[in-house]
Amino acid sequence: MSLSDLTALELGAKIKAGEVSVPEATRAALDAIEAKNAENNAFITVLNNRAMAEAEEIQKKISAGELTSPLAGVPLAIKDNICTKGVKTTCASKILGDFQPPYNATLTEKIHAIGGVVLGKLNMDEFAMGSTSETSYYGATRNPWDLSRVPGGSSGGAAAAVAARECWYAIGSDTGGSIRQPASYCGVTGIKPTYGTVSRYGLIAYASSLDQIGPLARTAEDCAAILDAIQGKDPRDGTSLDVPVGGLLSGLSGDLTGMKIGIPVDCFGDGLDGEVSQKVLAAAEVLKERGAEVEEFRLPIMEYVVPAYYIIAAAEASSNLSRFDGVKYGWRAEGYSDLTELYNKTRTEGFGTEVKRRILLGTFVLSSGYYDAYYRKALQVKAVIKEAFDRAFEKYDLLLMPVAPTTAPKLGESLSDPLKMYLSDIYTVSVNLAGLPGVSIPCGLDSKGLPVGAQLIGPALGEGKVLNAAHAYQQETDFHKLRPTQKGGAE
Amino acid sequence: MDWEVVIGLETHVELATRTKIFCSCTTEFGGAPNTHCCPVCTGMPGTLPVMNKKVLEYAAKASLALNCEVTRYCKFDRKNYFYPDLPKAYQISQLYLPIGRNGKVPIKVGSEEKIIRIHELHMEEDAGKLVHDNWIDQTRADYNRCGVPLIEIVTEPDFRTADEVIAYLEKLRSTLEYLGVSDCKMQEGSLRCDVNLSVRPKGSDELGTRTEMKNLNSFKAIARAIRYEARRQQELIELDHKRVIQETRRWDDNKDASFSMRSKENAQDYRYFPEPDIPPMELSEAYLDELRANLPEMAEARQARYVRAFGLPEYDAGLLTGTRALSDFFEETVALGIAPKEAANWMMADLLRLLKEKGMEPKEMLFAPETLAAIIEMVSDGKLNRGTASKVFEAVFDNNGDPAAYVKDHGLEQINDTGLVESTVAEILAANPSQVIEYRGGKEKLFGFFVGQCMRALKGKADPKAVNEVLRRQLNG
Repeated sequence: MSLSDLTALELGAKIKAGEVSVPEATRAALDAIEAKNAENNAFITVLNNRAMAEAEEIQKKISAGELTSPLAGVPLAIKDNICTKGVKTTCASKILGDFQPPYNATLTEKIHAIGGVVLGKLNMDEFAMGSTSETSYYGATRNPWDLSRVPGGSSGGAAAAVAARECWYAIGSDTGGSIRQPASYCGVTGIKPTYGTVSRYGLIAYASSLDQIGPLARTAEDCAAILDAIQGKDPRDGTSLDVPVGGLLSGLSGDLTGMKIGIPVDCFGDGLDGEVSQKVLAAAEVLKERGAEVEEFRLPIMEYVVPAYYIIAAAEASSNLSRFDGVKYGWRAEGYSDLTELYNKTRTEGFGTEVKRRILLGTFVLSSGYYDAYYRKALQVKAVIKEAFDRAFEKYDLLLMPVAPTTAPKLGESLSDPLKMYLSDIYTVSVNLAGLPGVSIPCGLDSKGLPVGAQLIGPALGEGKVLNAAHAYQQETDFHKLRPTQKGGAE
Repeated sequence: MDWEVVIGLETHVELATRTKIFCSCTTEFGGAPNTHCCPVCTGMPGTLPVMNKKVLEYAAKASLALNCEVTRYCKFDRKNYFYPDLPKAYQISQLYLPIGRNGKVPIKVGSEEKIIRIHELHMEEDAGKLVHDNWIDQTRADYNRCGVPLIEIVTEPDFRTADEVIAYLEKLRSTLEYLGVSDCKMQEGSLRCDVNLSVRPKGSDELGTRTEMKNLNSFKAIARAIRYEARRQQELIELDHKRVIQETRRWDDNKDASFSMRSKENAQDYRYFPEPDIPPMELSEAYLDELRANLPEMAEARQARYVRAFGLPEYDAGLLTGTRALSDFFEETVALGIAPKEAANWMMADLLRLLKEKGMEPKEMLFAPETLAAIIEMVSDGKLNRGTASKVFEAVFDNNGDPAAYVKDHGLEQINDTGLVESTVAEILAANPSQVIEYRGGKEKLFGFFVGQCMRALKGKADPKAVNEVLRRQLNG
């Protein structure tokens, strides 16, 4: 078995046992990136020398017994909207093309603390706005399962890099499905944790009330270990929750006896691909075999979730992205005669089409005279969605539903019809609006040979339940072990 | 026609917390440009604001002291606009749930008493400063002030005269200063006031179209600007038969006139919405009770107490309670056993004069109550005469020096040697025979001349009472 087939925890164990050195693993990953990135474009920045130097340092600390995390020494990559001190953090935008933050995100510090080797920064949709990773100023990322297809988005680089065995795990962010949907398209496991459990300090905001950092990896076990390392109250993030965290990995029993899982029938109607539907419902059967009780129920909110999401997310984005004005950092247009022209030219030239579309949408819904009709109403819908989930969790431990209506579309198919692209977020956005944890797990391939994902959703702070069910499923199945056939890799 | 002026105020007050509202940078005034800032207050990508609890406490105290209803569940909102002094391109402020509402501030103009209603009091962050360099035609941004905590206090349109406005601002300044929540220094911009003004025919219930005036940097400027703007609006209507345009005007103190900045048509849509990065804050009843119980005694109460308990004239009591620092100084001096009247006299005559000469605020002085008490005791013990004592006071004031040591080092002890006084007086009389004859002939005002001569000969250190006595005896004898 080659190094690249190991899970993050398996590699961590071998490093701990001295069977594999950190520089050796890092070299292997950098070689894989070297071989594959030209084709799949998962990385915006690759830190060749810096990662090797970091690997040497971390190896010394591990040998000295200073690093005890089960993930110590395991190489990873980070989405390019999470600040890394002295390393370009572009948000896949022209406007932040040369931005090197003078500070680390809390996430980056936590990764340093466990001895993670950062291989580079991952491609994404510009400012995390998109479901395909095609809106990147640095070119689209391609799906390792079929290079003519998108990897999903916005954490498409993260999902592609894990699927293509370019790193053992990746850190992404999820505002409306941006971890779970690419995980589904690329056949990897990805979890969006409960809002407030992973610090957002240093995550360049798209929609502050919905953004959450989370991992993409090969298995639920890996995700549990990563969450154990990155969750926790952060004094630098006022929205981070002061709740006990940790113990997710040790809590994975795989026992689902007595667990009640609800299947919202509203998520299996029109618009859902038949093969996806069938694979997700088959996953329910597996969970049943492991002792769970599965039952269908009504969750009558689905027609409201996409509009509510796009109004709230766009509104917050229009405000969050105002700071990119060419005055202080990042890119500034040339040839302006006054302040207004400096702003206009910089933002017109610096942002891509999708980002501008959402800024305009958000500016509109917050405008005087429209606020009540759109933004306030969307907040009310958000409250209704949260209530609907609360009611569901009075009855069920977990919910099972699709991640996306289809498997990965071809490049260029989605952007031509943005409304259709927005509607494809229907199964993921409600989880962000309600602040809940949701995991995407591979549950088979469709007839085109493309991965299908199933989504397990838990109540707030229910990461343990969600990951335990995912783990149980992965003990029974091998879908998460399937690997893509991208050619040109150092197999 | 008789006109009535209607005025409402929006006052921004910088809170005197040590650190900024959403980060731990210092709030200190000045400093080299961009040295009091960090990634958070300069709004760098990915950074987040974290509420400084002290700001909430200060704003709640101010709300209570201004008799506002305190919002138990309060939130921040974003006010969005582009300007280079605002690095996030939005100001974190409060629109929907301000911390204080429906307050009341009693004021007094002459013998007239009046209640000014407070519409709301809300918390927000300050912006930076732009400095335009005309020489090189460049504008530079200084973000030191970004994130300094502010409260904005908005009144109802309850003022009718400039005097009422000044009385309110004096009251507001005193209240906030006594609470210890702000320095209220207009010259450093820690108290800034915008004036909303309209005019209407006397007796009318309808409000006229108002203008908002900015850039008012002193109480004097505010009074002048109000008079100017009221006259401008009246003349516009009466003489030019025009309407007042709703607009923002900038006061130019040097030109003694205001100029239009922007009209309502160009008003910005701030697109307020709830700030998602700061969770709502709940103020418990117990927390507010504790704040309420610990509100300090305010200037007016102290003034009344000084009149009642110490028998000070109302005017003196008013001066001594002008600032909390001065009033505390007085109370500490009295607590050291000095008679209140004696302490008051010294502070009115010597302390206030020196502060004025030096252009200092009471809170800036090093001079301690113990030092004043020591000087006063040296006089009452006969170790120092009153005139010399003033000089000693002046000499030790700046660095709070030791008055006893100063007196000793400079040989300023009072001369209590009666023999020396007797012989000095005899010498002076012998040296001025013609004046002695004139005095004895009835020109009594020469007595002062003899006192002066004697005191000079004694280097001012004699007890003037003793000199008077001896002189009178020898002249009359």
